[in-house]
Amino acid sequence: MKTRIGFFDFTGCEGCQLTVMNLDNDLLKILQLVEVVEFRELMSEEVTKLDIAFIEGSITRQQDRDRLQTIRERSRILVALGACAENGGVNLLASEKAVAELRRTIYASDAAHLLTDKPLPLHKVVTVDYSIPGCPIDGSEFLAVLQALLLEREPDLPQFAVCVECKLAEFPCSFDFGEICLGPVTRAGCHAICIEGGDRCRGCRGLVDNPRTTPYHRILEEHGLTVQEILDQYRTFNIGDEI
Amino acid sequence: MSKKIKLNHLTRIEGHAHLIIDKKAGKIESCRLEVVESPRFFEALLKGRHFSDIAPIVARVCGVCSISHTMASLMATEKALGIEPDPRAQLLRRLLSQGEILQSHLLQLYFMAAPDYLGIPSIFQLLNQRSDLFSRALRLRRTANRICEVVGGRAVHPVTTTLGGFSALPEASDLKQLRQELVDTLPDLEATVELFADFNFPNFERTAEQVCLDQSGQYPLHAERVISSCGIKQSVAQFKSTIDEYIVPHSTAKMARTERGHYCVGPLARVKNSFEHLSPMARKVADALQMNAATSNPFHGLKARLIEVIHFIEEAIHAIDALLLHSFASARSTAMPKGGGEGIAAVEAPRGLLFHSYSYDQNGLLESADCIIPTAQNLASIEADITTLLPHLLDLPDEQIKQRLEALIRAYDPCLSCATHQLQIAIKEES
Repeated sequence: MKTRIGFFDFTGCEGCQLTVMNLDNDLLKILQLVEVVEFRELMSEEVTKLDIAFIEGSITRQQDRDRLQTIRERSRILVALGACAENGGVNLLASEKAVAELRRTIYASDAAHLLTDKPLPLHKVVTVDYSIPGCPIDGSEFLAVLQALLLEREPDLPQFAVCVECKLAEFPCSFDFGEICLGPVTRAGCHAICIEGGDRCRGCRGLVDNPRTTPYHRILEEHGLTVQEILDQYRTFNIGDEI
Repeated sequence: MSKKIKLNHLTRIEGHAHLIIDKKAGKIESCRLEVVESPRFFEALLKGRHFSDIAPIVARVCGVCSISHTMASLMATEKALGIEPDPRAQLLRRLLSQGEILQSHLLQLYFMAAPDYLGIPSIFQLLNQRSDLFSRALRLRRTANRICEVVGGRAVHPVTTTLGGFSALPEASDLKQLRQELVDTLPDLEATVELFADFNFPNFERTAEQVCLDQSGQYPLHAERVISSCGIKQSVAQFKSTIDEYIVPHSTAKMARTERGHYCVGPLARVKNSFEHLSPMARKVADALQMNAATSNPFHGLKARLIEVIHFIEEAIHAIDALLLHSFASARSTAMPKGGGEGIAAVEAPRGLLFHSYSYDQNGLLESADCIIPTAQNLASIEADITTLLPHLLDLPDEQIKQRLEALIRAYDPCLSCATHQLQIAIKEES
């Protein structure tokens, strides 16, 4: 019997599921190996048991916690898909004060039905077996993780920084443009796509394991930057690491 | 006998919503489209951020419309800060927006809407029996994605877009190859038109004001003026100032209206109001689909989407020709102005008119932001359509009523990730 996989989403932009949809021909090949049994955005079908659940988005309300727990009970393996599911992503950018202020401005009310909880990454609610980082995820990394799971191997993520991929591709260094780049401490696997696009690394894939901070401090010093400036940038996608 | 028809977590749409209909003694008591997508308060997320961070963050409102949000955001910030983008960069932006509309429309037509007319719960059912149809859908989407990759650097959440233009430009060789891929879609487009021309669209008419942008001599995408089927011609800022976003008792989802009442935005509005700017091939396809600018059938939203697919493929080929003739510089090192200001911009997103307006302080930090989303502008019309259609369906079995209503909602292609970027929705508990 084919492995039964499902896609689910909570608070997020559905861009990670879309990245899976965009695998095109690879998607056709995947469909020879697995059966997609649930994918609300594209399917009306529902099932009771799944082998692998891929889940996008953060958890913000009690009914979402309940739905996530049900998915966990139905699934053998649960994979967090993308930054919002892995650590909260940009959902956490708004401080609680700013949200309360905005709610009062828009609705002139703090009524109970207008309240949401602080967005949570999935692992704060259920056991997450694996995570695929990024905002959005990288399609080929999704394929690699799925392949490993189908072969019953542990999926592994790159243990080096985006800076390495960037140097290998010989892209110009963002620091030379006077920009703050998070490439030296962010986990590789995106092929430095933002730097190729003329942007800097904004750290959407989270910190690499054991980041080498000493050389990074030296880069910062050379460019007259402070640790605080880096942290401010890092918080765009990674405030969730602090909660 | 009182009965409740409830469709929880409507499928094959972008985002989460329930549809609840209360029937009593064969009559409709009430009908509500309850959007249950969780709110995200994006305006609060942006507050205090530097202008160079706004577009990449606000793109995360929606994966399906990330390019439209990026465009509206960059254009609003450029207006606020007095940055003038290069005219050739504007042409490249137009190509990128075409790519996104193609991505979104093709996904909606084949994966979300077509199953309603083929009588199947999802297109995955066709994987084996109709592999030609399935692979055609993937091939067409591949080409749409390629436009976004070549121009925007990535299919979802672009990376080359920046204030003043683009931080990296496509190579001429990539544009040439892309042009060839676009030309090669023609047989697949023909087969797609044949497929949809065979579908049996329900007969249903409801007149509504149709609103879209007005771009001199072109099919509208990024423009300064708004037109409507009621004869309104206003600047983007003027029109936005007449939009009243309001809260309804059955949910706290905001809806939009003007003093003339509810209105519709999206492909149907664009095709109706800008029919004369459609490409010759797109107009021929309109004939083949038996659709003209006079239609007031909301189910024809699907036909309008397919007509736009044809139009934008053709226009993208011409845009590449124009881009290949002129080279220009990337905007990576463009000097950024000091000081604050206010700016408003509108673009035609796949689902219709999208407004972003910002104000920045003297240090270039965002003070306030306001985004008005196509689906929020359409929600009231979707409900009005359901209320009008429902009495004609009451003799049908519940299952068929549900199918028909779901098809109607899908004809609007609602995008609820977008609509709830700031909304808080009341949940009606199952009783």
